Amino acid sequence: MHQLLQQIFSGLAAGAVYASLALALVMIYRATDLVNFAQGEMAMFSTYIAWTLVNAEVPFWAAFVITLAVSFVGGMLIERIVIRPVENAPILTMVVVTIGLLLIFNATAGWIYSYTLQEFPSPFPDRTLFGALMTTRDVGVIAVTLVMLVALFCFFRFTATGLAMRAAAQNPESARLCGVRVGRMLALGWGFAAAIGAVAGIMVAPVLFLDPNMMGGVLLYAFTAALLGGITSPVGAVVGGLIVGVTENLVGTYLIASQLKLTVALILIIIVLVFRPNGLFGTAVVRRV
Amino acid sequence: MAAILELRAVKAFYGQSEVLHGIDLVVEEAGMTVLLGANGAGKTTTLRAICGMVRSEGEIVFSGRRLERCTTEQIAGFGVAHVPEGRGTFTGLTVEENLRIGGYTAAGRPDDKMQLMYGYFPILAQRRRQQAGALSGGEQQMLAIARALMMSPRLLVLDEPSFGLAPRVVEAIFGIVERIRREQRVSVLLVEQNATLALEMADRAYLLETGYVVTSGSAKALADDPQIRRSYLGY
Amino acid sequence: MAESASVDSAAKLAIRREAGMGITVWRWVGTAALIAVAVVLPFAISNYHVFELTQVMIYAIAVLGLNILTGYNGQISLGHGGFFAAGAYTAAILMHRYGVPYWATLAPAALVCFALGMLFGVPALRFEGPYLALVTLAMAVAMPQLLKYFDDWTGGKQGLVLVKPMPPPELGLDRDRWLYFFVLVILLVAIRLAANVLNGRTGRAFVAIRDHPIAAAAMGINTARYKTLAFGASTLFTGVAGALAAIVIGFVAPESFTLFLSLSFLIGSAVGGIATISGAIIGGFFIEFVPNVANDVSDAAPWAIYGLTLLLFMYVMPRGVVGTIGPWLAPAMQQFRSARRAAK
Repeated sequence: MHQLLQQIFSGLAAGAVYASLALALVMIYRATDLVNFAQGEMAMFSTYIAWTLVNAEVPFWAAFVITLAVSFVGGMLIERIVIRPVENAPILTMVVVTIGLLLIFNATAGWIYSYTLQEFPSPFPDRTLFGALMTTRDVGVIAVTLVMLVALFCFFRFTATGLAMRAAAQNPESARLCGVRVGRMLALGWGFAAAIGAVAGIMVAPVLFLDPNMMGGVLLYAFTAALLGGITSPVGAVVGGLIVGVTENLVGTYLIASQLKLTVALILIIIVLVFRPNGLFGTAVVRRV
Repeated sequence: MAAILELRAVKAFYGQSEVLHGIDLVVEEAGMTVLLGANGAGKTTTLRAICGMVRSEGEIVFSGRRLERCTTEQIAGFGVAHVPEGRGTFTGLTVEENLRIGGYTAAGRPDDKMQLMYGYFPILAQRRRQQAGALSGGEQQMLAIARALMMSPRLLVLDEPSFGLAPRVVEAIFGIVERIRREQRVSVLLVEQNATLALEMADRAYLLETGYVVTSGSAKALADDPQIRRSYLGY
Repeated sequence: MAESASVDSAAKLAIRREAGMGITVWRWVGTAALIAVAVVLPFAISNYHVFELTQVMIYAIAVLGLNILTGYNGQISLGHGGFFAAGAYTAAILMHRYGVPYWATLAPAALVCFALGMLFGVPALRFEGPYLALVTLAMAVAMPQLLKYFDDWTGGKQGLVLVKPMPPPELGLDRDRWLYFFVLVILLVAIRLAANVLNGRTGRAFVAIRDHPIAAAAMGINTARYKTLAFGASTLFTGVAGALAAIVIGFVAPESFTLFLSLSFLIGSAVGGIATISGAIIGGFFIEFVPNVANDVSDAAPWAIYGLTLLLFMYVMPRGVVGTIGPWLAPAMQQFRSARRAAK
């Protein structure tokens, strides 16, 4: 029983990371109907930026904030420069562009930083709580994710720009008629997604060790989580992320060793999707004839 | 009276096809102009050309400003509020949020303006926290007009506001539009299939057919014209 | 009145016939020229280049399979690397364990992969867009892991080493060139087959389902049956390509069939033109050669160059090479010929 609770809790911590990256995927999907396959590599690159700052003696949380700001701007620039030229192209073209972006980020990180695993410092002390039920690191990851989610929720609910972004994602034409600069809202969406991805990368790097391929598996789980929750639902992304994290951990501990863990977890989730083909919180696409 | 909106020799294109072939049109300051015509005549296209949603040539002058090279957002910022065909409601947002986004470009506190809108449309006040998608057709139309008015526009552009609505609701809505026009001195450009009601309210009227203006004049003159009566008013 | 009407329609018929014939003549000439080049080429280049071209053709068949499913029928697949692997291992196991001659493994591989595809196609009916992407992704991710797991059959992580085919002595060809022609014949058969299916009733049903599923169903098209059929047909092609790969390379291992292979097929599809047949060949060229070229340009970060090349292709030709040039070509040729006729 104790072990079960332990595994559930550390699964929640992993799940918080998946939830963050899944949220980034959902944000971009809502705005552009596109799954950004480069989200993981962008997050990895952001994490390297944080690592560089920390190695240059910048205090951790300062490096954290700077990285988020840089990632935000970077995300906006990517939308303007890389995505804008193909925004009216067929969806598959846009998907392939994100794949190209994925390759560029991965290779560039490998080139600049090499493929050796690097240690990444955790801002949380390495202790256990409540009689080894959970580690402070896990609690820290969950806390940071929670703070981020609350901040995002408040931004989108209570600010004018947040409302404008939601309107632009839902109905771009009507938003333009209200004077909303839809193009700018799109860029902001990518900026937010990049910053959220950076948080996910920084939270997971101490555990996975930093290398250019760090986020590959995380992206896979995040993608699964986003779909499990419903690709159009931010709440779904978070819930999906937590479920995937816990499932992955439990499957790995009780069912099958690491090799087939991913396959089994995927199959379980697909079975859920068979019963809810639009995810847990997703809305079915209403087809107008 | 001065014209707040003037179109001169305006052509519009969908891709390579020319669908408007040189439209001339005037909306007077604080006046109401109505565009009549059958389906496919080009009425909605004209409105879309004004708001930069469709490729166009010719001159579109709003309050002395040329609109042809401007984006839709910029045109909205100049004070042109367009309620599109089908209302364009943000169905995933609440009624209150719909109003708030309507006031996105306007200066001043949105809360005061929202109170004004609730005054014109009490039903919206009742439903203010509901999802806009759950409202009835008539309520959504009121919400769409209120949303447009949140912009404190100089020109209100309405595309078939009576579409799909019961006659009593239509009369109520048109009554409010007329009241707003008088009280706020907002000019109105109206596209309507319901020609009778529209001609009663408007000052000027234009009849479009396959992208051309075939008749124009004062609304009263068109209403009295026997040919128009037979073709479009049904008697 | 009747006379001028019939003169009118006769004139229209003549114009249409000339236009149609004009394009058809060009198409026959072009195709014959390409085949002639393909037949002569292996004798003018080195063995290694012949091998590379054989790879191109194998990839072309695989991408053609993906085009049928994603391009013509609109069902996205991120898992075709998995079906490629299924075909490769079917052929490999038959050759390695049961001594089946290489040319006889193609039919079983085709059948196995067709069945797999139909099986996959049924649950796939429930899913659309990104959800279908996930389900097919699971296939791509699961395949290498399953191959490592059932190592009795598959040789596990080490894979299987296969005996490379001997060319028939009468023809006097060496192994590389024999395999080149073997694959070339299969490619031409595949293209012919795909063209027959896609230009006929089935193909039209596929496209109708892709563009307007509700309207298609309303017109009496059995959407479920055709969607499943598209899956099966698609995996059949890709599976045969996989079998050819096993034969030509002489080696299969799980690490050859990663997620990146599936993404490569998707890339080849998009670069060539997703709803085209000839685009598959261009896609094959892209997948085979661009990584090598990228390596020459920068051996520090070759995949970055690959990625940049990919972006460039997508910006300049968003509908793929054939998808962008094709619709421009036919009217351009029309104008060219009518200008020539006018000048005479």
